[in-house]
Amino acid sequence: MTDPKPFVEIRHAQKSYGSLEVLKDISLTVQRGEIVAIIGPSGSGKSTLLRAINDLDPLTGGEIILDGVQVNKTLPHRQYEKHINGMRQQIGMVFQHFNLFPHLSVRDNVTMAPKLLKGISGKEADKLAEEQLTHVGMLERIDYYPSQLSGGQKQRVAIARALAMEPKLMLFDEATSALDPELVEEVNLVMKKLAEEHMTMIIVTHEMDFAASVCDRVLFMDQGVVVEEGPPGKIFKNPDMDRTKEFLRKHLAGSK
Amino acid sequence: MGLDFTVIPSYADALLLGVLWTIAITVSSAVLSFFGGIMFAVIALYAPLVIRLPFRFFAWLFMGTPLLLQLFLIYFGLVELGIDLPAFVAGVIGLGLHFAVYNSELIQTAIVAVDKGQMEAARTLGLSRPQALIKVVIPQAVRDVIPPIGNNMIALLKDSALVSVIGVTELTLSAQLAIGRTYRPFEFYAAAAVLYYIINLGMEAVLRRIERRTQLSR
Ligand SMILES: Nc1ncnc2c1ncn2[C@@H]1O[C@H](COP(=O)(O)OP(=O)(O)OP(=O)(O)O)[C@@H](O)[C@H]1O
Ligand SMILES: [Mg+2]
Repeated sequence: MTDPKPFVEIRHAQKSYGSLEVLKDISLTVQRGEIVAIIGPSGSGKSTLLRAINDLDPLTGGEIILDGVQVNKTLPHRQYEKHINGMRQQIGMVFQHFNLFPHLSVRDNVTMAPKLLKGISGKEADKLAEEQLTHVGMLERIDYYPSQLSGGQKQRVAIARALAMEPKLMLFDEATSALDPELVEEVNLVMKKLAEEHMTMIIVTHEMDFAASVCDRVLFMDQGVVVEEGPPGKIFKNPDMDRTKEFLRKHLAGSK
Repeated sequence: MGLDFTVIPSYADALLLGVLWTIAITVSSAVLSFFGGIMFAVIALYAPLVIRLPFRFFAWLFMGTPLLLQLFLIYFGLVELGIDLPAFVAGVIGLGLHFAVYNSELIQTAIVAVDKGQMEAARTLGLSRPQALIKVVIPQAVRDVIPPIGNNMIALLKDSALVSVIGVTELTLSAQLAIGRTYRPFEFYAAAAVLYYIINLGMEAVLRRIERRTQLSR
């Protein structure tokens, strides 16, 4: 049964860098609570699409709609800034290279934005940091600095930082691909936990096993288009398109 | 006539007062040059052209002309415009702005060098561009240039001797006044040199402390 009104709607997304067309008329809907994986070869436009959703890389055409509100509205500059900052508060993003704030403690990484943007008190902020860090299993490192953490720990803090804004939607851009293999699992576990809590997530990943076990739907992108999409069982076991088959064959051969 | 350092103790009070003035002027100018440097860097990088262009001229003026001339201009020159500043204030403004321009060059480079992912992460959380600059980018840029800014501050201490020419009785002028009475230039200039050196050591110790404190935040 599908919700009549999709939670995230991408309509005819188009993006060019000069004459290079990176996204070619991509349309996509995501339901509330749905978990979508985006896979595809390097340079296929996965990051560009993900980063268009919160307007980090603005589209050159098309619309992004979150929960009935258009993200990339056309507005005068000042009004647009206000609008987009409000929208971004509702969209959490996790980067491949964590991008934690190195000059802030773990606690302050988590609470800086809520304090500044939601005006919560110091006491509430402490409670929030404790909650969110407990959630990702990082409470005991609350007074550390990012430089004192492993990659996996950094990424878990980055997830807590995003969650502290109470986003409606979480975007992950290869959250584990900069990690040493033995640190991948701890981050995957946190993402699985979010999945169980019905967070709506769009996950760009190279980890097919993870996508298969966590995601409701998998999109295969190549050269700026969505070649094929469907449930993981279908895409990984029995894809329709030759390009998908070829990618999976190469990728699975490479990763084993 | 041989050297006679025994004259110094009777001028110890005057010299120590000179030390205090030197410290006061150095610290005040250092603070002004630090925050001024941040402000100038932001102007140079982000202000609209109508502000940036006059600002470049102003920066050129402070970097391209002698500090001594700038002090004369602020202390004596501004009087003609009806701005009669006390010597100490004129000295702090001159030294502070002069070094603010140098600090600003360092901070600009450091702001540009902060990883782009930092701005992105901040914007993703919903911070505006100015908020992201203030909370995320500038603190990291400043942290990165603490050592060279420290060197500028040591240079500032030494250049603070120049404000003696507009009549601030800091260490150099205190020594000169004592020399005027005793005709013992070597002894008093040597004493002043030792005192500058001690202040310098103190400053370096403070800088090392600040550097150590920011070690974790890299
Ligand atoms: N700022 C830019 N200027 C020009 N071209 C760009 C820019 N950013 C990305 N591209 C191009 O857009 C295409 C898609 O890039 P994108 O980063 O979205 O790919 P991706 O699918 O995320 O790849 P990867 O798996 O390597 O992360 C690439 O061909 C890339 O070279
Ligand atoms: Mg990418």
